Amino acid sequence: MKKDYDKLWTLFKSMFVLSACTFGGGFVIVSLMKKKYVEELKWLEEDEMLDVTAITQSAPGPLPVNASVIIGYRIAGVAGSLTAVLGTILPPMIIISIISLFYEQFRTNRYIAAALQVMRAGVAAVIFDVAINLAGNVLKTRRMLYIIMMFTAFIAAYLLDVSAMLVILTCLGIGLADLAVSLRKKRGVTV
Amino acid sequence: MLLLKLFFAFIQVGLFSVGGGYAAIPLIQEQIVNIHRLMTLEEFSDLITVAEMTPGPISINSATFVGMRIAGVPGVLLCTIGCIIPSFCICLTLAHFYYKYRTVSGVQVVLGAMRPAVVALITSAGASILMLGLFQAEIYDVVISDIRVVELGIFAAALFLLRKFKVSAITIILGSGAAGTIIYALMGAI
Repeated sequence: MKKDYDKLWTLFKSMFVLSACTFGGGFVIVSLMKKKYVEELKWLEEDEMLDVTAITQSAPGPLPVNASVIIGYRIAGVAGSLTAVLGTILPPMIIISIISLFYEQFRTNRYIAAALQVMRAGVAAVIFDVAINLAGNVLKTRRMLYIIMMFTAFIAAYLLDVSAMLVILTCLGIGLADLAVSLRKKRGVTV
Repeated sequence: MLLLKLFFAFIQVGLFSVGGGYAAIPLIQEQIVNIHRLMTLEEFSDLITVAEMTPGPISINSATFVGMRIAGVPGVLLCTIGCIIPSFCICLTLAHFYYKYRTVSGVQVVLGAMRPAVVALITSAGASILMLGLFQAEIYDVVISDIRVVELGIFAAALFLLRKFKVSAITIILGSGAAGTIIYALMGAI
């Protein structure tokens, strides 16, 4: 029982810190979660983290909240989900509640503006660090289909501005086709 | 009554904002500015600016901001809870089925095809943020000579520290903000 509480506390603490430091969109927090839960705590496998990201992206609602629900569920069931979500939403709630009282000063502060601009370089470095490892693993599968899909999806999302959800749903379609082909092949062999 | 109205408005925001942060903005505007007139358009654009400058998902940020301005702390709680109820229920269901069936080999084939896409999306998000950091512009508006040398140096140093010394991501993010601000202050640019 003691161990369960420890786990929930670690879950809450890590979600709180990640959420408090995540400037930028949902994929920033996914990169941070991957580092934390896959590499550091080894609670999740890398493939699992990618699956969770695909699921969160196709469900409605804010991506960090969705990811917390699923990761929390994996670690400690429904109690884990609640704990993880609480950790994720508390920092923005506290920060915005305070700022909403004097947002004019905050918005026009030049030091804050400068720090936020430079922070983007650091955030980009974190995402690239994670992306290099992930892309390396896709290349290591040596499956031409996956490698082509990765590059095509990048071009679609980044250069052609196709929405993330459409990219994922298209790949879901390709996955289903892939499944149909492999099932047919298997049947061909056994008959 | 007003609180209930807010609560249901944010349930709708949470339920229909499919596809991440920026997809939620027009929905919030629709509910808060156009339908319920709880905020003016000007206040709303201030909200978007502030939400971009602070950590956390934009819909949670706006739920908190709207709740605080209209009804104080109870407003914050009700708006935020309303906003996450739909995702909580939907994702819990999805998580349940995912963990029940993920080892089935057919499911593995389908999930396997979605993983390269997720890698591409993460990389794409990184590339967008990098362009904003280095050029303060999106990819098609980049002017090479506008490159910001301080940010380029910080990006290179940060990537080196992450890969070579496995420095924690949080340290990198906060450290880059602090280092950059100090550099710009010393250069007299702030």
